[in-house]
Amino acid sequence: MRPAVSVAFAVAALFATAARADDINVKIGVLSDMSSLYADISGPGSVVAAKMAVQDFNPAAHGMKVDVVSADHQNKPDVGSNIARQWYDVDHVDAIVDVPTSSVALAVADVTREKNKVFLISGAATSDLTGPKCSPNNVHWTYDTWMLANGTGKALVKTGGDTWFFITADYAFGHALERDTTNVVQANGGKVLGSVNVPLNTPDFSSYLLQAQASKAKIIGLANAGGDTINAIKQGAEFGITAGGQHFAGLLVFISDVEALGLKTAQGLVLTSTWYWDMNDANRAWAKRWQAERPGKFPTMVVAGVYSSVLHYLKAVAALKSAADGKAVVDKMKAMPTDDPLFGKGTVRVDGTVTHPAYLFEVKKPEESKYPGDDFKLRATIPADEAFRPLKDDNCPLVTSN
Amino acid sequence: MFQIFGIPSQALFGQLLLGLINGSFYALLSLGLAVIFGMLNIINFTHGAQYMMGAFAAYLLLQHLGINYWAALVIVPIIVGLTGIIVERLFLQQLQKLDPLYGLLLTFGLALIIEGLFRNYYGSSGLPYGVPDALQGGRNLGFMFLPNYRAWVIGFSLVICFATWFAIERTRLGSYLRAATENPTLVRAFGINVPRMVMLTYGFGVALAALAGVMAAPIYNVSPQMGSDIIIVVFAVVVIGGMGSIMGAIITGFTLGIVEGLTKVFFPEASNTVIFAIMIVVLLVRPAGLFGRGA
Amino acid sequence: MATVAQAAALKARHDSERSVGVAFAIMLAFLVAGPFLLYPVFLMKALCFALFACAFNLLIGYVGLVSFGHALYFGWASYLTAYAAKSWGMQPEIAILIGTATAAALGIVAGIVAIRRQGIYFAMITLALAQMMYLVALRLPLTGGEDGIQAVPRGRLFGLFDLNHEMTMYIFVLVVVLAAFLLIYRIINSPFGEVLKAIRENEPRTISLGYQTDRYKVVAFVLSATLAGLAGSVKALVFQLASLTDVHWTMSGEVLLMTLVGGLGTIFGPVVGAFLIVAMENYLASFGQWVLIIQGAIFVVCVLVFRRGIVGELAHRLHVRL
Repeated sequence: MRPAVSVAFAVAALFATAARADDINVKIGVLSDMSSLYADISGPGSVVAAKMAVQDFNPAAHGMKVDVVSADHQNKPDVGSNIARQWYDVDHVDAIVDVPTSSVALAVADVTREKNKVFLISGAATSDLTGPKCSPNNVHWTYDTWMLANGTGKALVKTGGDTWFFITADYAFGHALERDTTNVVQANGGKVLGSVNVPLNTPDFSSYLLQAQASKAKIIGLANAGGDTINAIKQGAEFGITAGGQHFAGLLVFISDVEALGLKTAQGLVLTSTWYWDMNDANRAWAKRWQAERPGKFPTMVVAGVYSSVLHYLKAVAALKSAADGKAVVDKMKAMPTDDPLFGKGTVRVDGTVTHPAYLFEVKKPEESKYPGDDFKLRATIPADEAFRPLKDDNCPLVTSN
Repeated sequence: MFQIFGIPSQALFGQLLLGLINGSFYALLSLGLAVIFGMLNIINFTHGAQYMMGAFAAYLLLQHLGINYWAALVIVPIIVGLTGIIVERLFLQQLQKLDPLYGLLLTFGLALIIEGLFRNYYGSSGLPYGVPDALQGGRNLGFMFLPNYRAWVIGFSLVICFATWFAIERTRLGSYLRAATENPTLVRAFGINVPRMVMLTYGFGVALAALAGVMAAPIYNVSPQMGSDIIIVVFAVVVIGGMGSIMGAIITGFTLGIVEGLTKVFFPEASNTVIFAIMIVVLLVRPAGLFGRGA
Repeated sequence: MATVAQAAALKARHDSERSVGVAFAIMLAFLVAGPFLLYPVFLMKALCFALFACAFNLLIGYVGLVSFGHALYFGWASYLTAYAAKSWGMQPEIAILIGTATAAALGIVAGIVAIRRQGIYFAMITLALAQMMYLVALRLPLTGGEDGIQAVPRGRLFGLFDLNHEMTMYIFVLVVVLAAFLLIYRIINSPFGEVLKAIRENEPRTISLGYQTDRYKVVAFVLSATLAGLAGSVKALVFQLASLTDVHWTMSGEVLLMTLVGGLGTIFGPVVGAFLIVAMENYLASFGQWVLIIQGAIFVVCVLVFRRGIVGELAHRLHVRL
C-alpha cells in the first residue's frame, strides 16, 4: 500500500512539474475607460468579468497560465493605441479585450493587426469593425450600431411607431446611428419627419425637444449615447413629451444609464440589448458573483460580453496550445462554435461578428419594479440570424475573399 | 400665427424663454466669478467644480438624510461656501502678494482634484435628482409648454442676481467691499478687517456657484463633469461683459443665454460656438468688454 | 570701476554659458543613449512634448503671457499634417511644413485678438478661442471628428529615409526637436529676447523706452504658436494619429503643468517637466482614475511651495542659469 501511494505521488509530481515547464503563458489586457463617460458600462466591471472568465476556465487544468492586466484609455484614440503598442511590444500581451468608444477601438484594431495579436471587442459599437474596416484579428462579441438600429427601429415601426424625429449627436457615431436607423425605419414602411443635429455634451436639450414636439412624430429617436441620452430623456419627461403621447427610442442605452435616470423618468423607454442580468438563473447567478466585486452596480451587456469572449478565446488557445499567432487563434475561434453560460450557443462569423439573439426591452414603471435592478421587461426576441447585419451587406474584404 | 424670418412666432417665443433659462445659469455663475474677481483679483477656475459640488451636495442630502430641495437651497450654499472659505484660508491667502496667474493655476489644480475625486466615487454616468413635488408639471402658455420648474429657475435667479447687485452697490457693507477692492490699506485704516472680508467674499461667491448647482440638479444630469463643461462658456461670458460691474455680469449672462437660444433655432450646429464668436467680435470692437472699465 | 563691472558681467555671462553647455551635453548624452535603454515610442512622445513645453515657455517664461489655449496650435497642426500625409499623400517634411504653417496662421489671428487684453483676461481669451476651435474640430469632416485621423503614413523623409523604421524616426524626431530647442535658446538670448524679458519685468517702462510692446508680444505669440505647431506635426507622424485629445483644453493644462513642474522661464525646465509628466502618465495608465487627481495635486503643490520648479530650484541652489 505504502509504496503504491508514494509512486502515485511521484508520478503526479512528475506530471505537475512537466506541465509547469510546458505551461502556455497567456496575457490578456483589459483596455477600457476606467474613469470617464463609459466607466460605468464597462471599465472596472470589465476587469472583474475578465478575471471571472479566467477563473472559470481554470487555466491550470489546461496546462496554461493566464494573467490579466488592465489600463485606462480615457476615451482617447492616441492613449489607447499607445497603450496597445506598448502592451504588445514590451509587456507581451496576447489579446486586448473590451475597448469601449469606437474611435479608440478602430485605433487598437490597427495596432493589433500590425502586430498579429487578438482583439476581443465588447464595448465598442461601430459596425465598421466588422464591415469596411474588418480585420482577421478582430472578434466583435456583444453588439454593434447596425444591430441596435435594426432591433429598435424595426420593432417600433412594426408596433405602430411609424413616424420618427431624430435628435442626433453631431459627430460620426451619431450620424451613423441615425443613418442606419433611418434605413431600417423606411425599409419597414415608416417615415422620418425630421432631425436636429445637437453638439456633443450639450447640457440643455429643451430647445431640441421643443422642435421634436412640434414635429408631432410618434417616436423620438435618440442617436446619441451616455450623458447626452440621459439628459435628453430626463428633460423630455420634464417637458411632458412622454405624457403627450410621444415615445423615446434610445438607440444606445445601457442598464447603467437607466439606473442613472431612475425608473420614474426612464419608464416606457424602448431599447435593444443582447444580455440582461435578470433574464434567467444562469445570468442572475453570474451577476451575483460579479456584484461581490462591484457592490450596488448591475452588470451591462458589455461586461457580460467581456466574460464570454475571454472564455471562448482561452478555449481556442487551449485547443491550439499556443497564443503566439493572433490570426490563427481567431481562425480557431471562428472554427469552434461558441457556448457559454451567458450568451449560450452561437458562432463567430468570418467577419468577426459573434451571432446570438438580441432582445427588445421596455423600461418598467416604478410600481412594476420589485427589487433593485429590476428594470426591464421583454417585448420581443430577435433571433440570432436576424439580429446582425447579413454578411452580404458587410463590405468586409474578408467576406469577399472567402 | 405670424412668422419671423421664416420661423413660426410661437417657436421663437418658446426658444427665447428657454434661452432665458440657460441665461439664468450663466448670470449666476458669472456673477459669482465677478464678485470673487473684484475682491481677490483671482479668476476662480474652481467655480465650475463648486457648481458641480452644489448639485452633488443636493443629491447626497436627499439620498442620505432625506433633506428636500427647498432645504437644500439654503443648506447647500452654506456647506459649499464653507469649503470655499477653507480653500481661501489654506491656499488662496498665501498667494495674495503674487502674480494673479498663480491664483488661476492653483484653482485650476483644485478643480482637477475635485472633479477627479467625484468621478472616483460616483462614476461618470451621473445621478438622478427629481423635480420637487410643488413644481411638478407645467402650464401651457399657448406658444409653448413651460414646465413649472423652469419658470421658477428664471424667477428665482433674477431675484438672487438683483439682491446681490443691491447688496454690493447699494448697502453700507457693499460700499466697504467696493472700497476695499480699490484701496485695501485705506479701508483697513478705518478699522475694517479686510482679510476676513476677503474670506467671506470668496465664500459668498462660491455659495452662489453652489446655489446654481442646486438649481441645475433637477434639470441637468448631476455628473462630475457638469462643471468643466460650463465654466469655459462662462469665462467667455465674463470676457464679453467685462468684469467691471455686477450689473454687467448679470445682463450679459441673460442676454447671451437668449442669443444662444436663438442660434439653436436658426443654426443649431453653431449653438455652442456662438458665444465664443461674439467674444471675438466684442474684443475687436470694445477690448474692455461691454461693461468693462479699461483693460 | 566700469571695467570691473563689465568684467563681472562678462564672467557671469561666461559662467552661465558654461552651465548651459554642461546641461546641454548631459541632455544630449541621455537622448542619444535613450533608445537603447527605454521604449523608443515613449521617448519620441516625451520629445514632442518637450518641444511643445519649450514653445509654451517662450511665452509664459520670457514674456509673462499665460496662454491657456496652446492646444489649439498643437492640435490643429497635427490635424493638418496628418491630413496632408494621408489624404494628399504628401512627403513627411512637406506635411510637417503644412501643419506648422497652419499653427502660425492660427497664432497670428489668435494673437491679434487676445493681445487686446492682459493678465488673466488674456488667459481666459486664449482658453475660449481654443475651446471654440475644439468645437469646430469636433464637427469638421477634415478632422474625422471623434475618430480623428488614423493610420497616417509616416512616409519617406526627402524620399530617402524610411520613417517606418523606428530608429530612423527617432533620429528624425531628435534632430527636429534639438534644432527647435537651439532656435528657442537663440531667440531668448537675442536683442529681441531682451526686449521680451523687459516687457515681462516692466511693460510700462518698456513702452516708455520707445518699444511698441504689443508688436513684440504678437511676434512672440506667433513664434510660440508656430513651434507648438511643429511639435504637434511631428507627434502626428510619430503616433500616425491626430485626434481631439490634442485640441482639448486639458492638453493646454497639461503643457502648462509640464512647464510649471520643470520651471517657468528656465531653458531646460520644460524638457525635464515634459519627460516627468509623460513618464508619470505612462506608469499611471493602470490607475486611470487617479491621473486627474495627481495632476491637480501637482499643480497645487507647485504653486504653493515649489514655484521655481525642478530646474529653477536646481539653478537657484547651484547659483547658475539653466
